[in-house]
Amino acid sequence: MRNLLPVLTVVLAIVGLWYLAAVWMNATWVYDQAAREGREVFLVDLLGETMMQERPVLPAPHQVAKGLYDGLFGQAITSKRSLIYHGWVTLSATLLGFVIGSAAGILLAVGIVYNRAMDQSVMPWAIASQTIPILAIAPMIIVVLNSMGVTGIVPKAIISAYLSFFPVVVGMVKGLRSPDAMQLDLMRTYNASGGQSFAKLRLPSSMPYLFASLKVGVAASLVGTIVGELPTGAVAGLGSRLLSGSYYGQTVQIWAALFAAAALAAGLVALIGLAERVVLQRMGLVR
Amino acid sequence: MSVLPDIWAVLTDPRGWILLAMWGGAWALNAGLAEARSPALRRLVPVIFGVTLLVLWQMAVRLYAISPVILPAPSEIWAQLTGSIPTLWADFVQTFVKGAVSGYVIGCAAAIGTAIVIDRSPFLQRGLLPVGNFVAALPIVGIAPIMVMWFGFDWQSKAAVVVVMVFFPVLVNMVAGLKATEPMQRDLMATYSASYWQTLLKLRLPAALPFLFNGLKIATTLALIGAIVAEFFGSPIVGMGFRITAEIGRLGLPMIWAEIAVAAVAGSAFYGLVALIEKRMTFWHPSQRRRQ
Repeated sequence: MRNLLPVLTVVLAIVGLWYLAAVWMNATWVYDQAAREGREVFLVDLLGETMMQERPVLPAPHQVAKGLYDGLFGQAITSKRSLIYHGWVTLSATLLGFVIGSAAGILLAVGIVYNRAMDQSVMPWAIASQTIPILAIAPMIIVVLNSMGVTGIVPKAIISAYLSFFPVVVGMVKGLRSPDAMQLDLMRTYNASGGQSFAKLRLPSSMPYLFASLKVGVAASLVGTIVGELPTGAVAGLGSRLLSGSYYGQTVQIWAALFAAAALAAGLVALIGLAERVVLQRMGLVR
Repeated sequence: MSVLPDIWAVLTDPRGWILLAMWGGAWALNAGLAEARSPALRRLVPVIFGVTLLVLWQMAVRLYAISPVILPAPSEIWAQLTGSIPTLWADFVQTFVKGAVSGYVIGCAAAIGTAIVIDRSPFLQRGLLPVGNFVAALPIVGIAPIMVMWFGFDWQSKAAVVVVMVFFPVLVNMVAGLKATEPMQRDLMATYSASYWQTLLKLRLPAALPFLFNGLKIATTLALIGAIVAEFFGSPIVGMGFRITAEIGRLGLPMIWAEIAVAAVAGSAFYGLVALIEKRMTFWHPSQRRRQ
């Protein structure tokens, strides 16, 4: 809680800067309009008119807040203008992909830890693949799957699964290897079988690493879903709101979709953080 | 009833068995090599794995006669790659050199500068770090349409997206790095009567390097992603992101795979370069010492 005041100060400063930037960036349009109508612009007019344009270069914070409120609560949930509808489209694909991706990642990590050949063949590629801009192939996957007749939630989920897969593999391998030689020797003196030392030592000690990489993974899979929504011709989802907003110059719509995506990401990460806290607390591992 | 013939057809299909035998043979070879004593032999294992995947890909496409519209064979991609080097080079310069690298340099420099400034004020640190951590987890690529609107279609808007994307990871790591000195070391600088700038230059900046490079390495991937994805929202008729979207419309899959291969090589090389510089500059750090 001692961070509350500084954080509030910084957030307020950002909002203040934002208003100044809105006045500065939207002023050109106001001056143009005024010159066309042959009237003079005073400071009061400038402040007023830069705050409430239909298509501002930079919408003022209250305009974005209004757009966000309209999108969330001002529409029926089934409406095409409702951010809840688009948010759900994005969220469902993200969650499906995230679950598939992390489950596959955990399985592969177990295989890597227990099989030498797998470790040496797959691990270098798993690490190298992190340096590759995987997101660039998202549109291709969508279009190819579309041409094969697979549409809807699945192509997006595949991309988001792919993006959350590698962080989980790398983190989980690190976690499963985190027990030191002394602890592994202790399990051996207990005459524990492979399964037992996995369930009672390796798996529990991997939990902090797993949750850290799950947080990275869920953020990545949300980005994957949003980018995956771009090439389908802006049908539904937060990504398509961004795209259609940019086609029609609806800046308020872009910013509202952006903040909705941000809230979604923050919510998902916070949810995993909560699960982490509960699990680690019950295991007595709270830092 | 209709399932049985299907299974029978799959089981008696020689093509599937050929692929399976290839995979099994390569795997047995790898399993043997993985136990080998000599490190040179063991270094072969990932190479064999990669080559096996490529060969299987090629064979599967040929054996099952998969349409190039769905999955082109590696040989076709290679032919496309070598056949259209001028186009690929122009795209590479536009997206990577102009967009990603310039944005990366500006963003990282700004983040390092900001970190040094807010390091002097604990109040700012406590306020900015939670905000920075929060922003680092957000889908920042979403600002791409806004940047395209502000800075136009050319590379400036891509660089702007990259600046914002790399800023926060580098900032968070740099601030953590500047805290990495121990009180004993700072006391030593104080007994030398070193000024703030001397302490910063001779003790705290070098101590921050391992953390900084951590952020810089994460940022290399983000930079390339930002530059490519920003081109999906509007670009001149050159650039890797533009080429990918344009070729999708014509179902020119080999060209897309060629672009992806270029992006993969460029991304890995960029990362490798930063890792190399890290190795040179932080040779004293435990994580860089040679393993026995």
